[in-house]
Amino acid sequence: MSGTVEIGLCGALAAGLGLYGVLVHPHPLRKILAFNVLASGMFLLFGVVARRGAAAGLGADPVPQALLITAIVVSFAATALAVVLLLQLFAASHDVSLRPGGPTDPKSDRDGR
Amino acid sequence: MTVASELTLTSTTAGGFLLVLAVFVPVVGMLTAFSTGGRQVARVGLVTVGFGLLVAGATGVRWLQAGEPLVYVLGRWMPPLGVALRADGPAVVMMAVVAVVMAAVAVFARASFETPADVGEARRPFAFWILLLGVWAGLNAVFLSGDLFTLYVALELITFAAVPLVSLDGRAETLAAALRYLLFALLGSILYLGGAGILYGAYGTLDIVLLAGRVESATATRVAGALMTVGMLAKTALVPLHLWLPPAHAGAPAAASAVLSALVVKGSFFVVVRLWFGAMPGLPGFGAAQLLSGLGAAAILLGSVVALRQQRLKLLVAYSTLAQIGYLFLVFALALDPASSRIEAGGALTGGMLQAITHAMAKAAMFLSAGMIYAGLGHDRIDGLAGSFRTMPVCVLAFGLGGLALMGMPPSGAALAKDLLVRASGDTGQWWWAVVLDVGGALTSSYVLLVLAHALRPAREPSTTRVPWTQQLAALALAMGALMLGLLPWGAFLIVPEGAASTTSGFASVWKMLLPVLAGGALAGLLGHWGEAWPRPSRVGVLAAVRPVRRAAAVVGRAFEGADLALRRWPVATQALLLLAILFSLAFLAPDTPR
Repeated sequence: MSGTVEIGLCGALAAGLGLYGVLVHPHPLRKILAFNVLASGMFLLFGVVARRGAAAGLGADPVPQALLITAIVVSFAATALAVVLLLQLFAASHDVSLRPGGPTDPKSDRDGR
Repeated sequence: MTVASELTLTSTTAGGFLLVLAVFVPVVGMLTAFSTGGRQVARVGLVTVGFGLLVAGATGVRWLQAGEPLVYVLGRWMPPLGVALRADGPAVVMMAVVAVVMAAVAVFARASFETPADVGEARRPFAFWILLLGVWAGLNAVFLSGDLFTLYVALELITFAAVPLVSLDGRAETLAAALRYLLFALLGSILYLGGAGILYGAYGTLDIVLLAGRVESATATRVAGALMTVGMLAKTALVPLHLWLPPAHAGAPAAASAVLSALVVKGSFFVVVRLWFGAMPGLPGFGAAQLLSGLGAAAILLGSVVALRQQRLKLLVAYSTLAQIGYLFLVFALALDPASSRIEAGGALTGGMLQAITHAMAKAAMFLSAGMIYAGLGHDRIDGLAGSFRTMPVCVLAFGLGGLALMGMPPSGAALAKDLLVRASGDTGQWWWAVVLDVGGALTSSYVLLVLAHALRPAREPSTTRVPWTQQLAALALAMGALMLGLLPWGAFLIVPEGAASTTSGFASVWKMLLPVLAGGALAGLLGHWGEAWPRPSRVGVLAAVRPVRRAAAVVGRAFEGADLALRRWPVATQALLLLAILFSLAFLAPDTPR
């Protein structure tokens, strides 16, 4: 069980940093990157769970590893989708802010489109 | 009528393969549409919708015959290692509703998402049909999942299919709305994943039925439960975590908005139901349930008042969705059995399911009608709706009937739902939720009446472009269906307490129905934007007396709008998310509290 506590703390640190980044940075690209850091923290948590579930003959519990791999693929797809949306938004308007009430808010569109 | 906690794990039941088909058919449709591409996409979509309806109907019939839940164990590997698909009453009912709404939306979309005659393939129709089937596959997977990780994957499928639906037309504001939706939804789902990891670490399984037997109130479980609940609240856009919903639902094309409002938000709500009712019924206590339902009450209040203040129809309907989502979350406080301090499936859950189903059909009808009104008039300003009842009667009728269904006009499903919820609030001694329900009814009536009043105003008939009759029929059918839902035999699928299904007659029930409508009308007059439609008070009279009240009401309305704008700022919403996670972990029952 050695090392699980350290890895767990690293995961917690990564999750905290990622959450801080998602909260604080207004630029969507930074939010996407911070989300990835947060996700990495959660994945480390899964790794710790796997290691602590080691049984006779196995170095680590395979079920959390399977969940982990699935989650990595899902977050990869999510990042790809988010980046493409960001690129399209930039191409459409050069203003990538996500503020409500800004120019990219339908409330400011008086024509009702 | 059993729910997940009583389901057995044994092998696949007869007819269990229908559950696989329910997820498989839309996915096959997606892949076929993607490979044929071009002009065939709509046809493949419609054929898949037909098959999907058949599967949903067959599942319902099988459920009625079997009398017990349908189970399919994938690959014949037993849980906890394997994955089981389970269909209980709520799942069968939700699958049926999704199929019906999808069918109506598909009929509607045949006209709006046509590939033009001179091109081989167009981006919007191609994307729309494939994404529609993707959302359907994800929803069916959510309703049928037997374990928490499959729920995560299914939810992500729904989100990834729903996000591009928001930005189908490619305008900058819809792209921003889609990006905001995706990022906030991802934040919610990664918190959910963290909670699932903690639960696996503590109990060695994520299967819902197995967890129900193993979960105890430890600190790790409280934190995991809080993370998972709050993550799902972010995806369902419960106030104060609703920053993404109004722009996203209002900016999407009509058919897409219908699917987003009616169906997609129900997926994450269903996950919270599975969590609280299935996996950890003994974990929340009085405090956590009141907190969750309190957020629902806040959603009803904020969503309805801001909806009243809107000047655009699609934004009004989007804020109405926010309020109706709040209704759904009232279930949790009312389902808490005071004697055992556990969340028990009963009349309250049935009320919530009925509210969800009625809202799905009625809101889809309202969004489809709003889309047709926009297509017909060229705009969707509410104060420009005058005369539309004469030029587009079916569209306004569909909107009105959908609104009446939401208001709780018997025999709509919402009327039965409200009866069940009020009954549950009486049974559990929580009288304040009955007050919330009554106020909510008045608020719902107010914005429906506002729109109808504007639409019924006589005016020089505006020029309208013709809307295809298939679209009008689809919206009208959904609205009428929502209005008649209370007549169906729900007792065969959900738990209905004795005597709840009968509609009482008499002056008391007439007054009970009339009061919210009158109150709603008064609220609409006070808070809504009337512009020049409000009669000028030429002499001292009622209208002159009302003017200061209207001014005061306008101040209140602007305060609510300001609060909504403040909550929709990213830092505020994310901090609210964290605060709620902490509050829920504190509110869940402490380890030494007797369950």
